[in-house]
Amino acid sequence: MFLLLPFDSLIVNLLGISLTVLFTLLLVFIIVPAIFGVSFGIRKLYMKTLLKIFAWATLRMERGAKEKNHQLYKPYTNGIIAKDPTSLEEEIKEIRRSGSSKALDNTPEFELSDIFYFCRKGMETIMDDEVTKRFSAEELESWNLLSRTNYNFQYISLRLTVLWGLGVLIRYCFLLPLRIALAFTGISLLVVGTTVVGYLPNGRFKEFLSKHVHLMCYRICVRALTAIITYHDRENRPRNGGICVANHTSPIDVIILASDGYYAMVGQVHGGLMGVIQRAMVKACPHVWFERSEVKDRHLVFLLLISEVKDQKKSHFTLFCVLGTCINNTSVMMFKKGSFEIGATVYPVAIKYDPQFGDAFWNSSKYGMVTYLLRMMTSWAIVCSVWYLPPMTRETDEDAVQFANRVKSAIARQGGLVDLLWDGGLKREKVKDTFKEEQQKLYSKMIVGNHEDRSRS
Amino acid sequence: HGSPHSTLLEGSFDASSLLLRLYHRFRALDRNKKGYLSRVDLQQIGALAVNPLGERLAGGGGAGWEELLGEVDFPGFVRVLAHFRPVDDDDSGMRDPKQPEPLNSRMNKLRFVFQLYDLDRDGKISRHEMLQVLRLMVGVQVTEEQLESITDRTVQEADEDGDGAVSFLEFTKVRIPFSYFFFIF
Repeated sequence: MFLLLPFDSLIVNLLGISLTVLFTLLLVFIIVPAIFGVSFGIRKLYMKTLLKIFAWATLRMERGAKEKNHQLYKPYTNGIIAKDPTSLEEEIKEIRRSGSSKALDNTPEFELSDIFYFCRKGMETIMDDEVTKRFSAEELESWNLLSRTNYNFQYISLRLTVLWGLGVLIRYCFLLPLRIALAFTGISLLVVGTTVVGYLPNGRFKEFLSKHVHLMCYRICVRALTAIITYHDRENRPRNGGICVANHTSPIDVIILASDGYYAMVGQVHGGLMGVIQRAMVKACPHVWFERSEVKDRHLVFLLLISEVKDQKKSHFTLFCVLGTCINNTSVMMFKKGSFEIGATVYPVAIKYDPQFGDAFWNSSKYGMVTYLLRMMTSWAIVCSVWYLPPMTRETDEDAVQFANRVKSAIARQGGLVDLLWDGGLKREKVKDTFKEEQQKLYSKMIVGNHEDRSRS
Repeated sequence: HGSPHSTLLEGSFDASSLLLRLYHRFRALDRNKKGYLSRVDLQQIGALAVNPLGERLAGGGGAGWEELLGEVDFPGFVRVLAHFRPVDDDDSGMRDPKQPEPLNSRMNKLRFVFQLYDLDRDGKISRHEMLQVLRLMVGVQVTEEQLESITDRTVQEADEDGDGAVSFLEFTKVRIPFSYFFFIF
């Protein structure tokens, strides 16, 4: 007992010192650059090193698989169905030829076996189709040392397991506490900062401070997630007096965009911690948070805001609206429509995540918010690219829906995202029916012939 | 890794890698990660929606999974797609008659297609059912009278016992190219 006391205090002292050192390091290397918007390039270096390690890990697994004479499962390799392009007519003729023994002439007729063509073509699409293939964001070419993305467990050698274990240690014991500390700092600074700024009288100074408080805290949050963001075409960055529209695939989008520009946001009211943050933010900057039930009220506020935005001299911020599949309710629809109707300049932004280092997709039915954040914070990093597209305005002969579709397709094209933003727009219906009709026309010719043939016989 | 499922796909190839591919496809189609596929999930496959028989294949009727009340779990998914594996060459003689027929046998492939026609599952393709399928395949391009005459002729040719409908047995007599009825996956 006696001996323990001095020993105890020694340990306590050591702990205290190491914590202080850790905190100072934190401050110097992470928060200070965040305040000034400067980067040391540490994250990029980290990313490069990780890539090399991942490539090595995949090689080891391939070697392990070869030893057992198996094929490593690699998604993204050429499609599943072996296809040679032939027309509907040729294929149905082929079916009839191999089925029936009678000589084929060109008289139009129907065979029971014709249905095989449509049946097989249809089942092929269930098995493999171009559009859905691109959305399996979780499948990677090389393993990223996270057990959640590995499909070839049986090929892991001892060395790989050790490496994986080391990875787990680093991620959970070093990166996670660091990130939580950063997130905590960022969020509390945001809440405190915006509340303080809120007490100031409205004016240039308040806006200046608000802008910098917002930017600083979002930058800290970006570092809390170790988000490595590559911005493209920064000259097209949204300017004051416009509306920024982005494709929305994860809750992190907001943090990523807001760390590079000062936005007034439109969004749904949340409870809990998010609610606290929202209430604080709105004191310093006129964000619009709406509840589903209050839509009408808020819509008015929104319209007022937008008209302010249009008046370039008055507004000092860009309105940020999210387009997308994350939230899907009528009130959001109203705001989305509103943003295209009012005729302000729209600045489209495309965001694309690289799933190699961490998957930013939030499956809200499977994971709650906290679980999602934890998964984010225990991945290696979140890597994404942001493209600022040139601004668009509504043409005089376009209506709001067409304008919206034009913006959407520009975003989809840039991000290499196919069909992502289709949410039941008019255009898609038309395309679908035309294709179907074409096939029906071709087939009808085969069973009843053309109009001319019929009138002749 | 799902060994009860691999018996559905027996063969000389690597069943586990095939199952994995199917599993990934299943997960990709199950957009809301419910753990099963609903008809809506399948209807959202663009390439299927433009197929004249697309609705039927998505479970609107007859493709073999409507028994599951519109929800297809992974074993169900595998079971349906297993029909599309190539016919095993030793399908005819050597099989143990006590074992259930493999899903990709000629009979089961025929049954699959038969059920695309026979919506009410009474074991017969009635004239009305055939008209319905024909109408799906030709859309608005053909008049009702033409379709009816085609249907009558087809049923007459195939019908052997004179009941005005095509039974499964009569259907099997139709020359079907089994070599066409599979895809490589």
